[in-house]
Amino acid sequence: MLELCNVSKRYGGVVALEPTTLQLSSGRTYVLLGTSGCGKSTLLKIALGLTEPDSGTVRFEGQTLQLDNVLKIRKQIGYVIQSGGLFPHLTARKNVSMMADFLNWSKTKIRNRIEELSALTQLPESTLDRYPVQLSGGQQQRVALMRALMLDPDWMLLDEPLGALDPMIRSDLQNDLSGIFRSLQKSVVLVTHDLHEAAHFGDEIILLREGRIVQAGTMQELIDLPGDPFVTRFIQAQHGTSPSDRSSANFDKPEFTRADDPRADDSQSERGERGVQ
Amino acid sequence: MIRTIAIIGVLVLLAFAPLSMRSAGIRIGSKKFTESVVLGEMINILCADTGIDSVHYRELGGTQLVYQALLQGEIDAYPEYTGTITEEILSGEEVGSLEEMRLALAEQGVGVSQPVGFNNTYALAMNRGRARELGIERVSDLSRYPDLTFGFSSEFLNREDGWPNLREHYDLPQQRVAGLDHDIAYRQLKTGSIDVMEAYSTDAKIDVYDLKLLEDDRAFFPRYDAVLLYRQDLKTRAPEVIESILRMENLLDAEAMISLNRRVEVDRISEGRAAAEFLEDTLGIESEVADTSRWQRIAARTGEHLDLVRQSLIPAILLAIPLGIVAAKRPRFGQGILGIVGVVQTIPSLALLVILMPLVAWLGLNSIGLGSTTAVTALSLYSLLPIVRSTHTGLRGISPEYSEAALAIGLPPWDRLVRIELPLAAPSILSGVKTAAVLNVGFATLGALIGAGGYGQPIITGIRLNDTALILEGAVPAAVLALLVQAGFDLGEKWWVPRGLRLQANS
Repeated sequence: MLELCNVSKRYGGVVALEPTTLQLSSGRTYVLLGTSGCGKSTLLKIALGLTEPDSGTVRFEGQTLQLDNVLKIRKQIGYVIQSGGLFPHLTARKNVSMMADFLNWSKTKIRNRIEELSALTQLPESTLDRYPVQLSGGQQQRVALMRALMLDPDWMLLDEPLGALDPMIRSDLQNDLSGIFRSLQKSVVLVTHDLHEAAHFGDEIILLREGRIVQAGTMQELIDLPGDPFVTRFIQAQHGTSPSDRSSANFDKPEFTRADDPRADDSQSERGERGVQ
Repeated sequence: MIRTIAIIGVLVLLAFAPLSMRSAGIRIGSKKFTESVVLGEMINILCADTGIDSVHYRELGGTQLVYQALLQGEIDAYPEYTGTITEEILSGEEVGSLEEMRLALAEQGVGVSQPVGFNNTYALAMNRGRARELGIERVSDLSRYPDLTFGFSSEFLNREDGWPNLREHYDLPQQRVAGLDHDIAYRQLKTGSIDVMEAYSTDAKIDVYDLKLLEDDRAFFPRYDAVLLYRQDLKTRAPEVIESILRMENLLDAEAMISLNRRVEVDRISEGRAAAEFLEDTLGIESEVADTSRWQRIAARTGEHLDLVRQSLIPAILLAIPLGIVAAKRPRFGQGILGIVGVVQTIPSLALLVILMPLVAWLGLNSIGLGSTTAVTALSLYSLLPIVRSTHTGLRGISPEYSEAALAIGLPPWDRLVRIELPLAAPSILSGVKTAAVLNVGFATLGALIGAGGYGQPIITGIRLNDTALILEGAVPAAVLALLVQAGFDLGEKWWVPRGLRLQANS
């Protein structure tokens, strides 16, 4: 359980996040959805202790996040950001094993874990001896994912993990990601501005606007029972049509179908991308 | 990580490796002009004649510096002038006769010899032609030409028996008075940039440049009888040395001194040889003068220069990088650090040396001469700024995504610094170290101002003797060394900057 109680944040005079309370249960996938500047990333960073809230507290599995336990808690949370945040001076392998090295894992244990993750993220091990700059965007995100998963955390926080990728690779990775989360039964919080991505991943979608939660619920609930005119406007703007014009059951159907079977097609585009390297 | 520890280890070893310092029983000093160096060489030969090990720190600088060195025990003896003693060293005290001087100096633990035999007084000098043209014979004649430009050494500008009191004594109207290095002033006088300079009456350059010495018609300048000053503790440490060097009393008249100065400045023989020949002729002392070849000299200077550079640069690196880290991590404190190292950079080199000398001596360290802690410390201080700055800039310039990722994966602060931030800042830090090293090679020529040797030694001697070849003997190797250092760092970059960052920079 990840709980945020009354957390708020201002940068100078600008409100990034109004006092917000949120309870996230283990084993589910949450999507923080909204336009840029709505406070979704701030919320994520507060949850991880990267940003100190002006007010309120964060509780992770019952422990209040404090200076003396934040490092320990971060090891139980994997974190992936848009640009990967891979350390450019280290090979992909060293990036992945950074924390395990720090925690003095045995060489065998590290090698086995990396083998596992490499299979899981479908990134050939040979790729791991390259430096980040020698990897494609998709490969970098897979490495970032491996790094986040290295210590086998129960929670994964992802800040626009696919935001920097082009559409083909993005859709492949989307499928791979949701498959991984499902098979590993991780608790996931994912930040995105993309409605389709939110629909693809989210058991529960939390829509934010100007530093405050507008509505939380399943995609279906957001479409069928919008709690605020903004919800409908947001969905219409991104979906391109009014949801009431079509059967809501069909909404994003292809995405859901693919998500159901993420392993089914290791697509051409991803293979093509690897071929380039 | 291992590489970093290895680098630090090697640096520490290098910095504290045995210094190529000559330790000697008796240390002689001299000031930065030919006559003083020749007299210093004579004292040195007379010391050596007793069989006691001795060394001569040549061209240490002006009166204040050399006398302080004597008081602090950095040197044991040096040639001085009675006028300088009354006007400079004991200024403010009423001392007229040599006996009164002897008593006053004894209170400071300093002994004084009888006069060596010549009076090298200050005089004002002009180009002979120019003086004739204007009809100037005496100092008092100058008052008729208020537009003349004067060029005086900074020492003369500030001495009791120098320009301020001379102006008052003769009521001189000239406003254009430039502070110039004495050796450069001769050349300025020759080219006509200045009309009048101060000169020493036994100066060989008076003949060489065909100068007119103006008559001191209102008796302003005191007598400058050459004498030897020595530490009185020599009487117990090495009484035979005092006895030996006092053989110089009444040995040299003005004519002999002028001719010795000429031998060095015109005939271009070394001060050591000139002094040896004279002592052989007069006292029958045989001494060996090692005339070294140019390449031997350059090799020796290179060794001294490299010593100065490594002893100053390495502690500077070891101090500056942590300072840069603190500056980057604690912004408010950091501004203070950057401010202080910036201010240090603006202190003129000579001033910094003079400020540091008593501190270094007080700590019981070598303040002058080879292995001088003063020179090394000054150079270290000058090397701080580029390194502190580049470390600060490198750390502050790390892209937030990397800092955030380092935080997010749960690394504690020290490991973030060592595993992530310092490697990412490495290119910037290295470029700062490179800048500091190249500057240091240039700055290290200043070491010669306090006898610390290096390429600065031929440069200042060359300026004094107006010997361009000698100046180049210091300047060219210094430039070559700077280029080599730069090239060395460019090569080192490949090793020290993480491969991933180099790939990134090239992509």
